[in-house]
Amino acid sequence: MKNYDIIIIGGGVIGCMTARALSRFDLKVLLIEQESDIGMGASSANSAIIHAGHDPMPGSLKAEMNRIANPMWDQISTELGISFRRCGAYIVAIGEDEFGCLTALKERSDSNGVTSEIISAEEMRRREPLVNPAVSGALFTPTAGMVDPFAACVASIENAIQNGVEVLTETAFTGFIMEGKTITGIHTNQGDFACRWVVNAAGTYSDEVMHAAETCQDFKITPRRGEYYLLDKAEIEMNNILFPVPSAVSKGILVLGSTHGNVLVGPNSQSTEDKENKSVTSEGLAEIWQGAQKLVPSISPRSVIAMFAGLRATGNAACLTPGVNYNNDFVIERSVEVNGLINLAGIESPGLTAAPAIAQRVIELLQDSGETLIDKQNWNPIRPARPHFNHMNREEQADLVAKDPRYGRIVCRCEMITEGEIIAEIHAPLPARTYDAIKRRTWLGTGRCLGSFDMPRVVDILAHELNLPATAISKKGAGSEFLQRQTKEVEA
Amino acid sequence: MTIKVRYDVVVIGSGPGGLAAAIAAKKNGAQDVLIIERDIEPGGILLQCIHNGFGVEVFKQDLPGPSYAQRFINEAFQVGVEFLLDTMVLNITRDHRIAATSKRHGFFTIQAKAVVLAMGCRERTRAQVRLPGTRPSGVFTAGTAQRWVNVEGYMPGKNFVILGSGDIGMIMARRLTFEGAKVERVLEVMPYLSGLTRNYVQCLMDFDIELQLKHTVKNIIGKNRVEAIEAVAVDDRWNYIPGTEEIIPCDTLLLSVGLIPENELSRQAGVLIDPVTAGPFVDDGFQTNIPGIYSAGNVVHVYDLVDWVTEAGLIAGRSAARLVQKGPQLNSKTIPVKAGENVRYVVPHNLNPDHLAEDDIRIQMRVRQPIEAPVWVEVRIGGNLLHRKAEPYARPGEMVTIPLKPAHLDEVKAASELTVAIVKR
Amino acid sequence: MAKLSENVICVTCPKGCTLIVTRDGETVIDVENGCKRGKDYAQQELIDPRRMVASSVRLKGGLHPLLPVYTSVPFPKPRIPELLALLRKIEISTPVTLDQIVLENVLDTGINIHASREMKVVTG
Repeated sequence: MKNYDIIIIGGGVIGCMTARALSRFDLKVLLIEQESDIGMGASSANSAIIHAGHDPMPGSLKAEMNRIANPMWDQISTELGISFRRCGAYIVAIGEDEFGCLTALKERSDSNGVTSEIISAEEMRRREPLVNPAVSGALFTPTAGMVDPFAACVASIENAIQNGVEVLTETAFTGFIMEGKTITGIHTNQGDFACRWVVNAAGTYSDEVMHAAETCQDFKITPRRGEYYLLDKAEIEMNNILFPVPSAVSKGILVLGSTHGNVLVGPNSQSTEDKENKSVTSEGLAEIWQGAQKLVPSISPRSVIAMFAGLRATGNAACLTPGVNYNNDFVIERSVEVNGLINLAGIESPGLTAAPAIAQRVIELLQDSGETLIDKQNWNPIRPARPHFNHMNREEQADLVAKDPRYGRIVCRCEMITEGEIIAEIHAPLPARTYDAIKRRTWLGTGRCLGSFDMPRVVDILAHELNLPATAISKKGAGSEFLQRQTKEVEA
Repeated sequence: MTIKVRYDVVVIGSGPGGLAAAIAAKKNGAQDVLIIERDIEPGGILLQCIHNGFGVEVFKQDLPGPSYAQRFINEAFQVGVEFLLDTMVLNITRDHRIAATSKRHGFFTIQAKAVVLAMGCRERTRAQVRLPGTRPSGVFTAGTAQRWVNVEGYMPGKNFVILGSGDIGMIMARRLTFEGAKVERVLEVMPYLSGLTRNYVQCLMDFDIELQLKHTVKNIIGKNRVEAIEAVAVDDRWNYIPGTEEIIPCDTLLLSVGLIPENELSRQAGVLIDPVTAGPFVDDGFQTNIPGIYSAGNVVHVYDLVDWVTEAGLIAGRSAARLVQKGPQLNSKTIPVKAGENVRYVVPHNLNPDHLAEDDIRIQMRVRQPIEAPVWVEVRIGGNLLHRKAEPYARPGEMVTIPLKPAHLDEVKAASELTVAIVKR
Repeated sequence: MAKLSENVICVTCPKGCTLIVTRDGETVIDVENGCKRGKDYAQQELIDPRRMVASSVRLKGGLHPLLPVYTSVPFPKPRIPELLALLRKIEISTPVTLDQIVLENVLDTGINIHASREMKVVTG
């Protein structure tokens, strides 16, 4: 049985950032992910915002983690070579009735220690000309930012791999191996692994992992599905993050210009018992459109080029701060019921923002329990970014093509993704072995034609590079293959 | 081949529109004519359209797509058109500078005296028709499936449901049946067929494939691969009719829900786009608003017959050659052509009456709704009828054409605008 | 036998006219709504329906693994499945020229199967 110091269950942004944080120490670390790729859950289907932290309940762990993590993103994004834009965010009041709410929001923001200012309707219209002309004012939080959340996952896990962390995809946790009250390993669908510590970063399944160790029986994740729509760059351009005045359960349906240049609208919030139900619905579309058009009336469903849904891992953990009445807080703890378990559960929004602080907290929890963590001599925090043809100027493009002609062949015409970029991802530290894995890494197939042009070509490149038959190439892992047989293969 | 710095005419795309334009440019006196094609061989989408039905107008023959393309590919080589294959144009400027890249030639820029945009069209996708449900493998556009089945040699599924009764959808229903797959159903949200009637007969009726009009997909079911779709009937306003839901097990959903002219390059160059056709505003020589930039074929508006695409390409190529040799025609008056009753759009958007002295000008249009009764296609100046033509019916799936003749020259010259309309006889 | 009137949709050209055909057994008496080609089509369709068939065969040594092919003239409709089964078994090699005969007098119908395009020899 392979033996590890620490096994992380779950390759979302929390698991990936934790793996990276742990990779600086002299530890044997394994991360397992049940899907075919990391970041396939909420980490790649969210609002892509590094929140300022104005919104969480003051005194909650969510508020604390958000406050600690927000300033960490400048350094992290630089080290990991991912795009991050600290552009600030606006909570936009529409009509005079909502204007009054801004004061309360400002107070909440103040008590969370987050800088904010109320700006006039005129100023809001000046900063975002597309905003609803009925705007009455806005709360501006300058420390909010925008990131590519999947890039954050892939870059942190790659950096972890560079520094010795092992990763197994399509590996599902099935149970703990215990000696009395002490965890000594885990069972998975790919065999057993021994370890001293398990970090539970299993997202919507984090409650089930807890229960498998016979701990936290009252803790339950009830996912809340959020649907999103991505709009055509050619139809609408926007650089800001606009929130509505929030409701009790969510920050509301927002409109933002993503790091890829597309406007993103969403999410709604639908509780579901089904942890796999990532469907988009016509009701959701109607709801999102109503919300989005409230902020930006000129937005039209006609310019939708992609749609997706994510599941927030909403838990029912009470906030541990005395006097704070809040029941959907993060769980970041060393289990007191068993030895060797660290739970990172109920991590919904602002989970992406909080990820680097949560990872840091894992280190502290290990140290608090007497674990001696020794720095690796040769730890390298820098993950080199790979070239993105479409983000370069003409001279840089010409140089790149001159060096490697594969960057001269465009495979995805809408997003201008080259064969060179696709091949680089297939042979990256964490190899992209499916169409969606390449899509999330390169942004290929996300344009107007939604991959209808590039799909046969990418399948062909994957088959060639991985030395597999084309029929073995899938969209997102086993069971999602594109092709069934050769045209002329006679059916039995 | 060596890439020259300057060309008389550069054509973007080697489908039927691009091939015709290049051939016509060369035959009409342009010297250096280059086609830039992103695929590894010339011919465009025709190469995957292996069914017959092409060339009835141009060759008076019933040809498969590749044969139709081959005739023009051969002619293009014969007349000396140059080709750059496996090459993607990155952008075009207003003054005809073209930046492109390829694996073989790397990154380069060239200067053209005239440019013909012939990028064709692309298929509308799941997101554009906003189909709800999960996002499994097995939802493809009909054209992607067509490429796999006919060119790459793979079947993308066993049991298909096809949404949309466009020609590609119906033709794929037959192709898939030919290759041993089962097509469970074709659903069409409109109350009428969106493709040609003969394709309904030859592709669906012949194989007992059921077509359900006024039906759509309410939900896509399946985590990794499509497991079923939920079909539903819709009312006249496309609202689901409760109680009509039906789960149809299948592993693939093909979408044939319309084509959109591919004009990203045109937009970047500053070409103005008609929101109705989604293609450039053009004159009768297929020149866009930018002098020296022409457009030909499905990039202008989506045709139902390749023969008309070829014809448009020939006109655009000839116009480009004329510009190269004679320079821009300054101060020539153009007359707008407007869509009247029952007409959704008209191409060209404006015309130069001087051209009418030399040749016919074809005005092409689509109706908004089917008119299943004898109609007049009318060209009017002010309230007065200039010219009309009888048709037995008018359907949105079939383009309507009316020629203006040199005989109309004087009246057209005096007009401030023309209106075309389709009215019941 | 009684006279029978039925609708036949003409597939000769893209117009897709609905022809009203009146016949007495195998004999077509009258065709309404059709042009000359339409009338011929109606006659043929009721007695011996035929279709142009386009498909593909396996190809060795070309840019693609398949060669598109088609029937020179419309092919008897009831025998199309037989033809398709046969085409699934055929493999030909490059070079192929446009309209080259791939199968002659296929299934003794007197009809030839032609290549729909040329395919050059691709090495490597």
